[in-house]
Amino acid sequence: MQFVKDRFDYLFRSTRGLTLVAIAVVSVITAIFGTLSGPMVEWGIKDITVRVLGMKLVEAEREGRIIMLYHTIAMTVTAIEVYFMTEMLSMKRHEQTIINGVITTGYLTAVIFGLLFAYWGHNFIFHGLFLVGQSLVFFAGILLAIALNPWKKEYLLDKDSPHARSKGGLDLERVAFFVMAIAMLISATFGAVTGSFWGNGHETFLGEDLIRNPHKTELQKAIIGHLHIMLTLLAVGITLIVGRWVKFKGVLHKIAMPLMIIGIIGTTTGALSVVWLEWAHTIIYVGSTFIMLAALMWVIYSWDMLIKEGTAGIKKPNFFQKMGALLKDPLKFGPGWQMVFMNFTVSGVGIFMAVKLEEIFRVWPHREERITLTGHWHILSALVATIILMYFADLSGLKGKVRKWFGWAIIILSDVAFGSATVFSMKRLFVDEINQQGVVNTTMLLMDLGLGIVLVILAMFMVWRLYDLLQKKGHWANEYAAERRLNAETELVEQKRKIEELNAILKEVSK
Amino acid sequence: MKRTLFILTLLALTLAACGTAPSIGAITPPFVDPGIDPESWAVVPAGVFPYGQHDHMTEVNGYEIMVTDVTNEQYARFLNEALADGTIQVGEVEVEAGELVWRETGVYGAYPGDPFNGYEHEEEIKAGNKLYIATTIEGLRLTFDGTQFAAIHEYSNHPMTMVTWFGANAYCQYYGWRLPTEIEWEKAARGTELVNGHGLPYPWGEHIERNNANYYSSFDLFEKMFGKLGNTTPVGFFNGKTYDGYATLDSTSPYGLYDMAGNVWQWMGDDYPDQHYRMMRGGSFYTYEVDLRVWKNNSAGPQYYSPQVGFRCAR
Repeated sequence: MQFVKDRFDYLFRSTRGLTLVAIAVVSVITAIFGTLSGPMVEWGIKDITVRVLGMKLVEAEREGRIIMLYHTIAMTVTAIEVYFMTEMLSMKRHEQTIINGVITTGYLTAVIFGLLFAYWGHNFIFHGLFLVGQSLVFFAGILLAIALNPWKKEYLLDKDSPHARSKGGLDLERVAFFVMAIAMLISATFGAVTGSFWGNGHETFLGEDLIRNPHKTELQKAIIGHLHIMLTLLAVGITLIVGRWVKFKGVLHKIAMPLMIIGIIGTTTGALSVVWLEWAHTIIYVGSTFIMLAALMWVIYSWDMLIKEGTAGIKKPNFFQKMGALLKDPLKFGPGWQMVFMNFTVSGVGIFMAVKLEEIFRVWPHREERITLTGHWHILSALVATIILMYFADLSGLKGKVRKWFGWAIIILSDVAFGSATVFSMKRLFVDEINQQGVVNTTMLLMDLGLGIVLVILAMFMVWRLYDLLQKKGHWANEYAAERRLNAETELVEQKRKIEELNAILKEVSK
Repeated sequence: MKRTLFILTLLALTLAACGTAPSIGAITPPFVDPGIDPESWAVVPAGVFPYGQHDHMTEVNGYEIMVTDVTNEQYARFLNEALADGTIQVGEVEVEAGELVWRETGVYGAYPGDPFNGYEHEEEIKAGNKLYIATTIEGLRLTFDGTQFAAIHEYSNHPMTMVTWFGANAYCQYYGWRLPTEIEWEKAARGTELVNGHGLPYPWGEHIERNNANYYSSFDLFEKMFGKLGNTTPVGFFNGKTYDGYATLDSTSPYGLYDMAGNVWQWMGDDYPDQHYRMMRGGSFYTYEVDLRVWKNNSAGPQYYSPQVGFRCAR
């Protein structure tokens, strides 16, 4: 019994354990539902999955199913980011416990019942519980925003702090996290309000299918704004998180944080104002430029830090020594690289599409435009996922050759897949339709191979963590002990502060 | 050593994928006769049917629609007739698409233009000569000796492709017909039946099997010959017959139409205000089965032509 209790405590009462559970949930979702499309259909795996698991797939409900699947994954990834935030940002222990508890209950409820509703028949109790789950995630978001409140006295920064601060001492990084949380809550509301019209004037659709409709309804525009900004904010979230990971500070931090705050506000305002404003895209472009500049500051800082750390013992390091230092640890180098790579596969593609819309993309058939659109946001989601994996692998204490193989395999193979997907979606730029067989075969193979191996590596990582969990003195036990120690120390500080505060009150009253 | 082996394996796989890919333009398949008459028409009676993915019950007047897509042989005949009476010309013509303008050599004819409102992203389709087919491109299954068009024998009963919307529209109008509207096409494809509250997603029923239609990676007879991106199949190919050991399922629509899912996208007749993209229906040998669902559409400017786009007429 103690065996189970210890593991349960680790998995559901520690940040690392909760994150591990959430990553396992995403892995299982990917493993099962990934068999329902793409090459898995070609190989006949879809039929086996459907038959073995007894799924009920109605063709007309495919888009609805996909939307629910996206939501379940998004809820889980949101939970992972929230776990990271509650661990790395100062907040009271009880705040951390409540936020993590509520969001865990929320996302698990949403995942279980959302998928049951979507893939195993329309039982409306399941749908109701899916909504309950999402509501709990939303509620956890409110609690997080309250806990992040940057105006609290104890979170103000000293004048000589190396971190970005306002004149009044506001911690601008905390403000960025806070603004992101608020933006997410508002953006989620846009989705929820439209969702509440489901079946009453609003019909399920995928954004890319409507792209060429000159007249979209307000509800459709609200959904399009919602889906874009939610993914953007998840990307912003992980950028801020990895910033904390490498202890981002100094001049670049002081430039980056105000940019990030303005960027979040601008992009969110732009994305949501598509409902009313014809020129909302201009606001989005401006806002996202600020976010990208802030991310650039982070990349420069983290790479510079890696070079400095790696060449610390060398008096005047040459170019190759610097490069060696930069590339020494793929887990630390990777997040920055993935952000840079994103410019070629996501931002660059998006800007190119916007600039050449009338000249190229609207000349292509709608289906090709759709492929490019879905491709670029799938890539962004997957890039966020790889950054999360690298961060979590670091937290899990991967060392030595395993760390290097894991890191480089994730970076290279995912980038091969994303690069191929980009080439696939842009193939008309350089190959006539009549001659595309070669490009299609090659890019599809590289996409399947790249993503397939990344998923196998992820599976191996998860199997290792599972094996570790079965050990008495496994890595999990150390993680849990370290976290309990840290929590106890934090609690002690908090209690001391509270005692001092109460003594001060008593002193004041007794006067 | 292990690292080198891994990289070499990756490279070998990539090269293998690149090396064996034929161009659709260069493919010549064997002549296969499915025995379906492309001159036949089906009657679709007036009445309501479930329209679109969300099954909105919609009223349509009665009409007739071609049982198969227009074939290369039929289109060659039209070109010869129209060339003889001066309806069309062969030569160089200006083509406009978005902000691009270029010249192409091919068959062209007059088009009266579309109403233009100047709406955001609306492309103006002006009156003037429009390209029907380009004659100097790879992939056209017709030959032209300077006076006469002829279908390449092996492709004579395959759907006419590489034809612009203008060319498809001109064919139908030449014989006093028209391109079907999206609503007409969908009713002809799925009929009126409701199963558990939903209209049929595929012309033949609720599910798709590989030998129901010609789509990406459907492993049909021609895909086995030329790679999984495939090629067109003769019109009416999926009629329950077995060809050279490849058994097809009878995949007609409730009104007896063939190829309403897969093979080639079909141009629709609608011109929607404020955009002027022309819709296509049915999916093609290039697309996954999700695009073969009867309500899915695709669109392009009327100047667009492709090896995966054809048409049929209604009257």
